[in-house]
Amino acid sequence: MIPPKFAYRRAGSAEEAVSLLAEYGDEAKILAGGHSLLPLMKLRLAQPEFLIDIGRVHELSYIRGEADHIAVGALTRYHDLEHSELLAAELPLLAHASGKVGDPQVRHRGTIGGSIAHGESASDVPAVVLALDGTLVVSGPSGVREIPSSEFFLGPFETVLEPDELLTEIRLPRPASPGWSFQKLTSRAIDWAIVAVAVQGSSVGLVNMGSTPLRATATERALADGASITDAAARAAEGTSPFADRNASPEYRKHLARVLVRRGLEEAAGRAG
Amino acid sequence: MNVTITVNGEKTSHEVEDRTLLVHHLRDVVGLTATNVGCDTSTCGACTVLVNGESVKSCTVLAAQVDGDEVQTLEGLAGENGELDPMQSAFREHHALQCGFCTPGMVMAATSLLRENPHPTEEEVRAALKGNLCRCTGYHNIVQAIMSAAESAEGAR
Repeated sequence: MIPPKFAYRRAGSAEEAVSLLAEYGDEAKILAGGHSLLPLMKLRLAQPEFLIDIGRVHELSYIRGEADHIAVGALTRYHDLEHSELLAAELPLLAHASGKVGDPQVRHRGTIGGSIAHGESASDVPAVVLALDGTLVVSGPSGVREIPSSEFFLGPFETVLEPDELLTEIRLPRPASPGWSFQKLTSRAIDWAIVAVAVQGSSVGLVNMGSTPLRATATERALADGASITDAAARAAEGTSPFADRNASPEYRKHLARVLVRRGLEEAAGRAG
Repeated sequence: MNVTITVNGEKTSHEVEDRTLLVHHLRDVVGLTATNVGCDTSTCGACTVLVNGESVKSCTVLAAQVDGDEVQTLEGLAGENGELDPMQSAFREHHALQCGFCTPGMVMAATSLLRENPHPTEEEVRAALKGNLCRCTGYHNIVQAIMSAAESAEGAR
């Protein structure tokens, strides 16, 4: 399959990418690793007139420890997240989950920012960023704004990003509680998660349990009220509306959410010691 | 647009359509046909090549994205006189292929793995092959071949 025709533009800097976006508006899409966008283009589910390639904007690829958070450049690849010593020490949940995305070839190309901006609810890392209370930094023609991850995702492939805005950085506060877990169930090894669960302390992110990545708010509230892990996990699917597809019915996804959240909370509690 | 890619050590420069995928560029323009198009959806791994030494699925990369980069395909592994490289030899020794369609991608994925992790465990080899499907289901011998290539590289050291 060959993608539909488009005009390719390469941005040399984040600033240039923003000005190209301003010029082309919603006729343009940002191309990072391309592992979400190019497959959609082959299927004609996306037909942008312009692709703005930020693959050479090395200034957007970094993992830095700041005073009160870890800053991750939007163009940082899964492979780099997976093998980062800083993340292994400070945010092992993100390093581990990144190593579970796709396969080595995909992780050599796919980026954290691309995954988040794409807004696919079956994607692993957006729910991890949500569970970690991340903040998303975006640049547009009128400057920079910071968006809490809880307000970023609107629906399937839909986020609050404006057509002329570029996601540049993901800020992740250092977790207050060290226990973490990532639980993912797939049909075949390479598949997207049927359901996955990201746990950091008593924060719980859900993958593929609705049209956006979600927090298991009923579980989190129950834990805050002193419920046991078993009782809190039993509420993991409350308020969710998962899809049916060839892998699972909504009922089965809800069952998986309850089971995986219980396993995740238990593993996180074990790691916290 | 013009793309200049160093393929198997040789600089190539061609005028291509912006939407040209790397796998089509390698096969139809550069003329190297070891790299196969399988699923065309970045699932099966038959199109795996190395970009700057790292495995990628060339059906999901634009030629334009690797302008200026180094690409290595299966054709670039053997020596000048055609002697097989250690991974190719190991695949042959261990009969790690049946129909052979997945083999170029398997060999390139395995080459990338050993560059990143020269001494993988069997479990690590199997995990690293997640993105390469063998529909003859010949995984057992493929894993053996890669373990053996890792050991022989160690022996040569």
